[in-house]
Amino acid sequence: MAKKEPKKLEYFTDWKYAPSPEATDHIRLQKQYDLFINGKFVKPNSGKYFDTINPATEEKISSIAEANDKDVDSAVKAARGAYDKTWSKMPAKERAKYIYRIARLIQERARELSVIETLDGGKSIRESRDIDVPLAANHFFYYAGWADKLEYAFPNRHPKSLGVAGQVIPWNFPLLMAAWKIAPALATGNTVVLKPAETTSLTALKLAEIIQESGLPDGVVNIITGHGPVGASMVNHKDINKIAFTGSTNVGKWIQKAVAGTDKKLTLELGGKAANIIFEDAPINQAVEGIINGIFFNQGHVCCAGSRLFVQESVAEEVIRKLKDRLETLIVGDPLDKNTDIGAINSKMQLNKINEYLKIGVNDGAEMYQSSCTIPKKGFFVRPTLFLNTSQSHRISQEEIFGPVLAIQTFRTIEEVIEKANNIPYGLSAGVWTDKGSRIFNLTSKLRAGVVWANTYNKFDPTSPFGGYKESGFGREGGLHGLMPYLKF
Amino acid sequence: MERIEVLKTYKIFIGGQFPRTESGRYYPLKLKNNMTVNVSLSSRKDFRNAVIAARGAFSGWSARAAFNRGQILYRIAEMLEGRKEQFLEELKQLGYTPAAAKKEVEQSIDRLVYYAGWCDKYQQLFSSVNPVATSHFNFSVPEPMGVVAILADESSALLGLVSVIAPAIAGGNTCIVLASESKPTCSITFAEVIATSDVPGGVVNIVTGNRKELHSHFSSHMDVNAIINCNSEKDFNKTIGENASLNVKRVFTWNKNWSDEKEQGPYFITDLQEIKTTWHPIENIGVSGIKY
Repeated sequence: MAKKEPKKLEYFTDWKYAPSPEATDHIRLQKQYDLFINGKFVKPNSGKYFDTINPATEEKISSIAEANDKDVDSAVKAARGAYDKTWSKMPAKERAKYIYRIARLIQERARELSVIETLDGGKSIRESRDIDVPLAANHFFYYAGWADKLEYAFPNRHPKSLGVAGQVIPWNFPLLMAAWKIAPALATGNTVVLKPAETTSLTALKLAEIIQESGLPDGVVNIITGHGPVGASMVNHKDINKIAFTGSTNVGKWIQKAVAGTDKKLTLELGGKAANIIFEDAPINQAVEGIINGIFFNQGHVCCAGSRLFVQESVAEEVIRKLKDRLETLIVGDPLDKNTDIGAINSKMQLNKINEYLKIGVNDGAEMYQSSCTIPKKGFFVRPTLFLNTSQSHRISQEEIFGPVLAIQTFRTIEEVIEKANNIPYGLSAGVWTDKGSRIFNLTSKLRAGVVWANTYNKFDPTSPFGGYKESGFGREGGLHGLMPYLKF
Repeated sequence: MERIEVLKTYKIFIGGQFPRTESGRYYPLKLKNNMTVNVSLSSRKDFRNAVIAARGAFSGWSARAAFNRGQILYRIAEMLEGRKEQFLEELKQLGYTPAAAKKEVEQSIDRLVYYAGWCDKYQQLFSSVNPVATSHFNFSVPEPMGVVAILADESSALLGLVSVIAPAIAGGNTCIVLASESKPTCSITFAEVIATSDVPGGVVNIVTGNRKELHSHFSSHMDVNAIINCNSEKDFNKTIGENASLNVKRVFTWNKNWSDEKEQGPYFITDLQEIKTTWHPIENIGVSGIKY
């Protein structure tokens, strides 16, 4: 009997998606943004401003203040003053009420924040609207509730706040990362100096407006903008008690070295190169969706992205065929369009880095497969990309690309895949796809990663701790465990 | 001529609606302004109707995301804050001094916010992963008991009510509460707050009436899972305990001074939770084979 041709998805149809752009006319943005210090927007000491652009159009949106050492110092002084005078003395339940207010204000202004997030960062409006912003609000809600319950979280330890927390966040989830940092810090009674990434300052500055509206006492949260040296200045500041950093492993290592020998408490949430493992008994169609979501969510700008795919040999052909089919259906383009799956790469620099890795992959001998989609001429875009026939030693299988690029390997046995999955300096997350529950628990106990998703991927919740093993950093954000980095006992 | 005030008819609260008692009975309550309120003297049948409503609401409410329950409890606090003046006036008519009334309302609001925060946290403190010796993933989590019948604190018009409703519903239970007999008006106004806070109908049911008459019905109903008495009548407690044994109801006496900040906490939630343990095999166990 002749082998039956496998069924192929039909894309060829007269029906096209009509443009469905999210409205931007309700967005109020200033031409220029100052630093948020001690409850007020103040001009930077340097007098310098830099442009923030829309990565989908390369057009300037606004000017952002460039802080220097003096600004860092006045922000830390404001935070220290607020800590000493008001925040550390306020009853915990009243502290909670401010955090609840911030949560409510984010909810009320959710659409505005989503649109700005998409304009400034390039992520699809669907994701900023349905994931980033609601999760940011929920994070404040969740931690607000902990403020007056810390004695229950750590019985017999009488938890106390640390003082001033210096927080440096990345550009991939700008508002959400600000929420992950600020909410637990405030709930535990600390005051904050936060620096957003230079390409995505706007939603953090909108959050500063919200914080003003909430009536939070001046100086409890300070938001200062600028490039790398601002973060370095915070890390080295003598009157900061705690550094929380999310970003690249290289910078994380530099920070760990810089705070060595000081009393600063440190948490690092760094890079990742997650294994997404598909077993032969997995629900294949769901797994394909999980692979797509795992690597193409937020253009692959996700530290926990499932960027290494491991498929069991017996189903590799089917999985890869379906994956290629599915790749073809992804809509790449205008991030503000509600149908867009993959938006713009966050910056020119990141685009160059991704393109560099595509070359490396090809030069190392891997087989590149890209969607045939057209990408906009203007703006920073890259086609969703698969690399087949990769091996463990390929750089694209070892290094974090932080883009929509998936390195695919196959495996035969469970021992083999555990070995391959763990044989990497990173250990942030992993995915497992199998219908067999007992196998899931076997894998979750053997994978050296801080988060393991089973038959799902890229799920986040304020109640769920997130963070890495090994060179993916230390400390957890979210959940009960997310309180600990901001407390002393 | 002076405008004549419109007076409110105080009803009861069952399944999200405000009927008068099916019995048609009432008891008069004289307010400080010399007006009289005809309070519903609820019957056994009213209570039984309320249990049907509470049972009907249980599957939906207990299945809500914990976070969503927290949002709704917080919403109740928002609504109560907005109607503070009305409660201050009502408490005054029940004999509270202005200072005592203010404290009663503000503590009630804060207590709702407090339990709103617990909705998605008590599970994290009272669940466990149990390191059993066999190759199993074994975990225990709290789950709501079901329908809770509550005889509220006689001495408190609002705070006593809030302090027992909040932990019950925070944990995913539904409830039927008999309000303070001598201070019933605030409880019905509080029901109006609940009715406008996105709490699904039937999650909270409030009836007014006579504890002596109703305590045996509250405790003998076969579709009630737990009963809480917030009062100290010894002979009532005996009856309640005996009746509870009919269907092994969980019995609690929460005879507390609710204005004490210590009388709040996750244990009021966990009293009304069962613990469920799940066993699941692990293909093989141990960390051998991990080299990194």
